[in-house]
Amino acid sequence: MARHLTASLIARLEGLPIMLVFVMLLALFMYLAPQVFLQPFIYTTFLSTLPPLILLATGLTFIIGAGEIDLSFPAIIAFSGFVFAVLFKEYELGWLAVAAGLASGILVGFINGVLVAKIGIPSFMATLATQFFWAGMATVLSGGKSYALRGAEESSVWRWIVGRPFSGTGAAIWIGQLPLQSLWTAVIVIWLWFILNRHRFGEHVLFIGDSNSVSRVLGIDVDREKIKLFTLMGGLAAAAAIMLTLENKNYFGNQGQGYLLTAIASVLIGGTSIFGGRATIVGTVFGCFIIGMIEAGLVAAGLTGAWVRTIQGLVFLTAMIFYLYVDEPQRRAAFMARLTRLPRFRPMR
Amino acid sequence: MNNNPASQTGADAQDFTSIVRLEGVQKFFGPVQALRDIDLAIGRNEIVGLIGDNGAGKSTLIKVMTGVLEPTAGRIYVRDREVDLADYSVRMAHDLSIETVYQDRSLAEKQPLWRNFFVGRQITNRFGFIDVRAEKAIAEDILKRAIGFRGAGITVDSTVANLSGGERQGIAIGRAMHYNADLIILDEPTVALAVKEVRKVLDFVRRIKDSGRAAIYIEHNLAHVHDVADRLIVLDRGRIVAEIAPKDMSVMDLTEFLIALQQDHIG
Repeated sequence: MARHLTASLIARLEGLPIMLVFVMLLALFMYLAPQVFLQPFIYTTFLSTLPPLILLATGLTFIIGAGEIDLSFPAIIAFSGFVFAVLFKEYELGWLAVAAGLASGILVGFINGVLVAKIGIPSFMATLATQFFWAGMATVLSGGKSYALRGAEESSVWRWIVGRPFSGTGAAIWIGQLPLQSLWTAVIVIWLWFILNRHRFGEHVLFIGDSNSVSRVLGIDVDREKIKLFTLMGGLAAAAAIMLTLENKNYFGNQGQGYLLTAIASVLIGGTSIFGGRATIVGTVFGCFIIGMIEAGLVAAGLTGAWVRTIQGLVFLTAMIFYLYVDEPQRRAAFMARLTRLPRFRPMR
Repeated sequence: MNNNPASQTGADAQDFTSIVRLEGVQKFFGPVQALRDIDLAIGRNEIVGLIGDNGAGKSTLIKVMTGVLEPTAGRIYVRDREVDLADYSVRMAHDLSIETVYQDRSLAEKQPLWRNFFVGRQITNRFGFIDVRAEKAIAEDILKRAIGFRGAGITVDSTVANLSGGERQGIAIGRAMHYNADLIILDEPTVALAVKEVRKVLDFVRRIKDSGRAAIYIEHNLAHVHDVADRLIVLDRGRIVAEIAPKDMSVMDLTEFLIALQQDHIG
């Protein structure tokens, strides 16, 4: 009896299908816009603009893998970005401003975790509410002002977080443009890969995503792990906020807005299950590459920017249908049954 | 954190009369009283059948006993020592050598078997990173020796979702055996199993007793439980209403008895 018992090839080679899609898309853009995609500068630009998205999406990989959702991270980008910017610019606190920015994100994440785990509000509603609250706080406290961090590149904070260590060393221009935040992001993401796949916490996250009640009887402290989960997300969103603010040398109140759908789409394109219980960080990173590349690629290929969201949405939808088809045989069957069956009234019980 | 199952079997505490004893346990869910004045002691080397209608409180009783739910009032003793109910948890029950096999809530569907064996008590270094190789090696051993899954195409990397109901129970029971539990609680382990698989599970229940351990066996099928239990506890609306020795009552009489109980409800 040849039963298909071990994980499929797709599941074993983490992120394989999405890597193939990425390579195909890259080849397509190289063909359509060789003047852009066969030059190194587009890639160094990606390295400076993608890190915030990758950090957010990696955090969301844990959240979605645990069967939860966090909608509040754009507000954390606004709020923690404000905390950092005001302390950095107005009070010239340097690294203390970085620490305070991170702490504010961790606090917001912790509060999200308590709301979800201890008070029992579904994460969708809890983080929708906190999203409004913290975005509102950022607006109130900043008075709607933006902060231009002129001269920030003179500071050690800027040089160490988003600096260009090889610039002016006489190396090729594109090497001089390599940004340090891509290195920090890579270190954080690799570390989080080990946390998800090799650490007790990551295992608990996936079991919780699989089933809260099974996790409880197996001795997992579900509430505590959920609080940790949202706290981690808050910290990552704050890190993204600091990188973003420093890279732009400017803080503005709605700088997080564009990330909500792109980050969630990156995670799901990457192959993390919408239903929880399965998550892939490799897939998420390639999902981010794809989302980021579509934007640059379409414009370079001659389409207007208005097409970007449309195509991203289409890729997002296609990816989800693909994963539903490949990885969730039971759900697929139920889905197909729903499609083919005519709606009928069911008697009330 | 480094869990060595063999070292925590309670071999250090051989002087006790009952593995678990409940005294005056009450459990409320809001205004609903699920358990009333439960006094129950589980001795060593016995199989206790727990029977009663749906909603009689069987599942609540074992959840209280295993640290999943905190009782509203009452005391719990493990090996004659009272446990602090504020601290009592599933993990603590595991440490006290009490294992539970639930009908459908023992394994996480999308996770590989090796993770299911160790989750909640992983073999880790002191930073919490899992020793995957060690866990897989032990899981392999449990699969082959304790459960007897040889050549069935099941490996430690198989995901639970691909296993049959009987295989799942085998995995859950094998896990309980591996951790050398003194008390194994089985919550309707034969529900939705094929006849051949039921036999395997019943054989296992007998083996628990042969190895000097105790079991609590919750079962709807009276013939099954009558067959293996040393004594039967009958629950009705949260109360223990009878204790029966199977040798004193045939399956037929037992069935009549339970039907009569239900008619009391209606009448």
